[in-house]
Amino acid sequence: MKQAVSRQNMLIVGGLAALFGVLQMGLLTGNYQTMQTVLHLLALGGLFGLGMRLRRQIAGKLLMAGVLFALPFISAMAGQAWVRILDFAILYVFLALGLNIVVGLAGLLDLGYIAFYAVGAYTWALLASPHFGLHLPFWVILPIGAVLACFFGVLLGSPTLKLRGDYLAIVTLGFGEIVRIFMKNLNAPINITNGPQGITLIDPVAIGSFKFSGTTQIFGFALSGPQKYYFLLLALVSLVVVINLRLQNSRIGRAWQAIREDEIAAKAVGINTRNMKLLAFAMGASFGGIAGGVFAAMQGFVSPESFALNESIMILAMVVLGGMGHIPGVILGAILLSILPEVLRYGVGPAQTAVFGKQLVDPESLRLLVFGLALVLVMRFRPAGLWPSPERQRELGEKPAEAKP
Amino acid sequence: MSDVLLAASGIAKHFGGVKALCDVSLSIRQGEIYGLIGPNGAGKTTFFNCLTGLYVPDGGGFSFNGAPLLADAPHQAAERGIARTFQNIRLFANMTALENVMVGRHVRTCGGVFGAILKNAATRAEEAAIRQKALDLLHYVDIGERADDLAKNLSYGDQRRLEIARALATEPKLLCLDEPAAGMNGTETEELRELIEGIRQDGTTVLLIEHDVKLVMGLCDRVAVLDYGALVIEDVPAVVQKDQRVIEAYLGA
Repeated sequence: MKQAVSRQNMLIVGGLAALFGVLQMGLLTGNYQTMQTVLHLLALGGLFGLGMRLRRQIAGKLLMAGVLFALPFISAMAGQAWVRILDFAILYVFLALGLNIVVGLAGLLDLGYIAFYAVGAYTWALLASPHFGLHLPFWVILPIGAVLACFFGVLLGSPTLKLRGDYLAIVTLGFGEIVRIFMKNLNAPINITNGPQGITLIDPVAIGSFKFSGTTQIFGFALSGPQKYYFLLLALVSLVVVINLRLQNSRIGRAWQAIREDEIAAKAVGINTRNMKLLAFAMGASFGGIAGGVFAAMQGFVSPESFALNESIMILAMVVLGGMGHIPGVILGAILLSILPEVLRYGVGPAQTAVFGKQLVDPESLRLLVFGLALVLVMRFRPAGLWPSPERQRELGEKPAEAKP
Repeated sequence: MSDVLLAASGIAKHFGGVKALCDVSLSIRQGEIYGLIGPNGAGKTTFFNCLTGLYVPDGGGFSFNGAPLLADAPHQAAERGIARTFQNIRLFANMTALENVMVGRHVRTCGGVFGAILKNAATRAEEAAIRQKALDLLHYVDIGERADDLAKNLSYGDQRRLEIARALATEPKLLCLDEPAAGMNGTETEELRELIEGIRQDGTTVLLIEHDVKLVMGLCDRVAVLDYGALVIEDVPAVVQKDQRVIEAYLGA
């Protein structure tokens, strides 16, 4: 029964994502003819999927897969910029799921998560750019980045083991800033990170001679760089989702949950809370490191600015807003929070012109206002997150959103 | 005369100027039910916390099962075979009853991260064994039908039982119960008495802190009395009951 409910949710999310894609396309290109056609196709697909669901539950998954596959092509109609936004949305899903291990599963409030992302990004940047003249392949760099980030995770974790809640948050916040400031100042006396200028001309991800940047022809299809990264990121995220799910329902996941619930009782039943917390930090950090590597390769450029505190807070907001510890919720939170600002960026200006005939408020500040308001409203009316786990919902004394069929 | 399972020698613990425990020595034998009583604030729970590693004693030491107990971390005490319940119930409130007991199996299982991610045959088998053992324990304490309920939604008595099941899941040699009958009515206390008796019969030594003197005297093989952090007497219930110092400690003569 629980399964059916979550699948229904997946369907809804898939449909929403598709609608998003089509609407932004129409909004941007003014190509309403195409938009209409695609909407019709989607509606047909939705109906078809619904019919199938009545017969077999797999249809939901198929539809989901179809939407995920079609998304970069639909977005491309509105411009490659939207495919890049999509890429970043998935990158944020990846990051949020990594942070979810630390915050959601083990209950350790980490405000410095972006530091591990930075470590991964700089690892890639230093090992695959003209800066040091190194051009190592991705299957060497990514593991190095993950291991380094993991090392930093343990480094951050070990002095904070006895801290909880707000105190832990402050220390991790400081750590995140330290890493960023290091990146900014490690250009003298020996130039390692090239300081505030950052590192440019970073190699893209490449498998043999197949590069993920630039356009390639595959089976007569022209695949752009962002589209290729989309599929790479999708594969990575699927992997992380599986890892998250399996960890959650394992001996380790239960131990984390126990620590989150009551640390003293967890100790008393023989859980080595020190090691378990370090493990959570290390695993979360490794994922951050991998995400950072892909980020550096995708951008071709890294600078300390990309790893500021507000990024950490953003990722944390994704986890909390979506539904802490609930994987579909975290995914939803990450997608919404990464796409919403972009949609607002492109949507707020034209909307004002349409309603008032002129620009009343600077779109950039209005965008942040709307974004902030949305966050406040969600937290006010859905304190457990947009799509919380059933347990967490009960924890906060809310009624489950869906009646059981 | 059976073997000594736990020997405490000269345990001392103070908080600032307050001497919570002062040179407490006692010994618990294999297979007995051992009662620890005393007025409020006598140091019973402090003794428990020292034994289970939550506090590091300021003096003295424990010997458990023939080897010194280096109680510097609670999880090590659990590993050695000391399990406990808490005076104010400490369950994992938002986990189901079954999951609570499954957490108790943590210390006797070894599945790691890679096993969990790969979900190989060994991990699946271990997971199934954990689940089965946890279910068995829930039935053992008579709350088998509540397996899928959240711990916090159980009745008070059932929560006490669940805490005992979780402690038993660590396969303890010594089960320490901190006021298990607190807040229970007559029937519930009687059922608890039977449960503790059963646990002992199945081979686990029990250390019992309790206020319910009737329960302690009826159930325990030997009883120790603490007052102001010092051991007053350690003997069979019949002797303890008649001891003048105990009567004074309780009645404040």
